[in-house]
Amino acid sequence: MPNFWIYLLILSGSTYLIRAIPFACVKKTIENRFIRSFLYYIPYAVLSAMTFPAVIYSTGNIASGFVGLLVGGALAFMNKSLTVVAIAASLGALVTELIIMII
Amino acid sequence: MKLYLKGLKAGIPIGLGYLSVSFTFGIMAISLGFSWWQAVIISAFTLTSAGQLAAIQVMVNPGQYFTMLISQITINMRYSFMSVSLSQKVSKRFSGIKRWLLGFFMTDEIFAVASTEDKVEPVFFLGLSTLPWIGWTLGTLLGALIGNILPPIIMASLCIAIYGMFLAIIIPPAKKSKPILIVIIVAALLHCAFYYLPLLREIPSGISISVCAILAAVSGAIFFPIKDKEDADNA
Repeated sequence: MPNFWIYLLILSGSTYLIRAIPFACVKKTIENRFIRSFLYYIPYAVLSAMTFPAVIYSTGNIASGFVGLLVGGALAFMNKSLTVVAIAASLGALVTELIIMII
Repeated sequence: MKLYLKGLKAGIPIGLGYLSVSFTFGIMAISLGFSWWQAVIISAFTLTSAGQLAAIQVMVNPGQYFTMLISQITINMRYSFMSVSLSQKVSKRFSGIKRWLLGFFMTDEIFAVASTEDKVEPVFFLGLSTLPWIGWTLGTLLGALIGNILPPIIMASLCIAIYGMFLAIIIPPAKKSKPILIVIIVAALLHCAFYYLPLLREIPSGISISVCAILAAVSGAIFFPIKDKEDADNA
């Protein structure tokens, strides 16, 4: 990883400035409705694009990735906490991997 | 001191959650070829899940600095909105220098808890941020170290945990709001297109995630502009 420090500077520097600049400098609320709407939707859009379709390949096995997605999706639908959903998705994938191994 | 402890207590569940999720980040970083100390430094100085996950996938390639910058700005843009929102609710004691220092800790969950306060005191915010930061850094260290000695089948299964967390963030609001559901579906379909279609598939994932997210959020903003009520719910 020869470029590690340059990458780290860009990663942590941009993340920090995105958080700190508005916190320190903005004293008024944003009035523009389009920008407010865009900012309202962007977290969901980012997380969705990151999750799909990568989630089914994340375990290195499409079957266990798919089962993990179903289990995690079902528990998320039942409003379970972040930790519970994360662990349940892993367990679903693990059980699937074990079944595949036995078969 | 009393306020600091109050914040510390409020941060316990966030810290525990971060511990488990960053454990898988540590495993993923090692599996991509990072050293344990590199994974820990990334977590300690960045403190973000989605951004770090995208970042380590960019970092394995040399020289993609522009991709890194664009993808981080897009993925982390939501923090700006949270910072703007919380800047309206802080107490008078939250001076400029304190905002510059504590702004570092603005994560989705810390923001969510802090914004339930009537007036956010800097000492409370520091207490609230302490355990999540420790949990995130320590979990990365443990994942990077213990991850090596776990059986491959368990390591592989844990790699899905971070996506489980994402599902837990996006699905509950999508049940209540049809526009959010549509934005989520549009972003997912677009990124599948970038993943499977020829030519589009050549684009680095850091860029394609940004493009898909921006397109989905812009279409949401055009077709379902938020009303004042939704804005208040979000804040």
